[in-house]
Amino acid sequence: MGILELAIITIVKILIVLTLVLLTVAYLVYFERKISAWIQNRIGPNRVGYLGLLQPFADVLKLLLKEDIVPTVSNHPLHALAPMIALFVAFSTYAVIPMGPTITLFGWQIPLAVADINMGILYVLAITSLGVYAITFAGWSSGSKYSLLGGIRSSAQMISYEISMGFSVGGVVLLASSLRPIAIVEAQSGLMWNAFIQPIGFITFLVAAFAETNRLPFDLPEAEPELVGGYHTEYSSMKFAAFFLAEYANMIISSALIVTLYLGGWQIPFIERLNLPVGLTVALQVGAFCFKLAVLLFFFIWVRWSIPRFRYDQLMSLGWKVMFPLSLLNIIWVAILIMVFKI
Amino acid sequence: MNLYNIIFYLFAAITLVSAFFVVTTRNVIYSAFNLLLTFFGVAGIYVLLGADFLAVVQIIVYVGGILILLLFGVMLTNKIVNVQIRTGATQILPATIAVGAFSGILISLLVNTEWKKVGTALPGASTTANLGMLMMNEYILIFELLGILLLVALIGAATIARK
Amino acid sequence: MTIPIEYYLILSGFMFLTGVVGVLTRRNAIVVFMSIELMLNSADLTFVAFSSYLGNSIGQVFVFFVMTVAAAEAAVGLAIIIAVFRNKKTVNIDEINILKW
Repeated sequence: MGILELAIITIVKILIVLTLVLLTVAYLVYFERKISAWIQNRIGPNRVGYLGLLQPFADVLKLLLKEDIVPTVSNHPLHALAPMIALFVAFSTYAVIPMGPTITLFGWQIPLAVADINMGILYVLAITSLGVYAITFAGWSSGSKYSLLGGIRSSAQMISYEISMGFSVGGVVLLASSLRPIAIVEAQSGLMWNAFIQPIGFITFLVAAFAETNRLPFDLPEAEPELVGGYHTEYSSMKFAAFFLAEYANMIISSALIVTLYLGGWQIPFIERLNLPVGLTVALQVGAFCFKLAVLLFFFIWVRWSIPRFRYDQLMSLGWKVMFPLSLLNIIWVAILIMVFKI
Repeated sequence: MNLYNIIFYLFAAITLVSAFFVVTTRNVIYSAFNLLLTFFGVAGIYVLLGADFLAVVQIIVYVGGILILLLFGVMLTNKIVNVQIRTGATQILPATIAVGAFSGILISLLVNTEWKKVGTALPGASTTANLGMLMMNEYILIFELLGILLLVALIGAATIARK
Repeated sequence: MTIPIEYYLILSGFMFLTGVVGVLTRRNAIVVFMSIELMLNSADLTFVAFSSYLGNSIGQVFVFFVMTVAAAEAAVGLAIIIAVFRNKKTVNIDEINILKW
């Protein structure tokens, strides 16, 4: 495969992934409103199009047509830069998530991830750690108390939960003995899913993912009753939409990461025994990935509309006194599995 | 001028220009932002030199950890709103003399040394396993000592910052 | 690897000098801190360049250790800056002269 062909394939893959993610985000917002309505015994959006299915496009159009208000006391360059960082972080993380096995198309070996790099998992951790900057800069540059408090809260919260997140990933990496996402998925063949082998790590990672995406019950950076809107109080129009988009895109990336690391990725247990044709197997596996992703996204929404928000000191003591020791315990558990039970 | 050279000059330019602004800009937040760019430039050069693991660790440790701590410090040590965040410079003359002398030493070193002209690429696609082996076998004592250092730093920082 | 190693060394030398200028001239303790990180980074860059050109990973191991020390230093240093700020209400290093009689 020459460098030109590689470039073309990569660009096509980037376009496909970007379109898919944007569409998913749009409909995720729609489903969030529908599911919350269902949980609270309401109807939800049902006016635009059949069952309100065109609602996301109407929302986007409305946000695009709004006036962009920038506060005079704000720091203009950073105020404009913060939503861009948020979007950059949200979208560039998808690059390493494998959505299916390596396929052979027109004689080329094509892995179904945009980039199949050795450092995949560490790359995800590195890029997500940039997400703090978006919120911190947004909070500081707005020149408002509420925004600044949101920014400070978020930087402390995200640092605290990144630690338990990193240690939970450590357990997965130990078992797969590789940092490549595809290798990690392949190490979970059959029913050797990491969610079953290391349940503690799965739970700590799940909780940390909620905290990293600023979703309820950990949405302290934007807690409406205390901080008006937190870090995005002073944002309007498309810049506000960018934060909104980034939050939902982050939700998808966290779910995709959980599927990859703990729920066996694209794999369906024991599908190779059915002797299906190769094309059908691949299609089923990509479908399985999407199904697992959808279940986790539903879980994210379900939790948001069921559990009240933590207090800030509760959040911190949960992060440092419960989640961090638990993730260390998980590492010890995995080490015992490897040394004693020779998994 | 092949692709490799272009990428090198690009990252070198990012690193140097942003490093310059870290030191010269009056606004501490802008310094922090430029330091972010510097760390990215250095990480890019690490990738170019075949040290992919270090490049990612550089971003995780410096960008995701140290710089966030510094930003946190900036926010905590300035009055909250209408931030008086500008600072001046002092000691321009001694600095000029010291930097001049030091750069003289560096230049004479650079000119008078026979450097290896062309490098030998590191074996293997990934450096992670190699680094792990080195750290866990030959340098295990230093590795453990660094663990103790981190623990001491953790306790020390918590004690100092507490009222 | 068509770029001779001097280029990396010159780059790292310039970074180091920028850091020295920052440490000597700036008044804000946090900017001084950032300049120290610049100097550490330039030393790291030299280590990685030599490691790559000599075909030997030990330089990279050393960079790993330097990063650890940098992280520890940042945590303790920031704690000191916060403690000083609490007592003196300033982080300008020329106003922090309590040890000078």
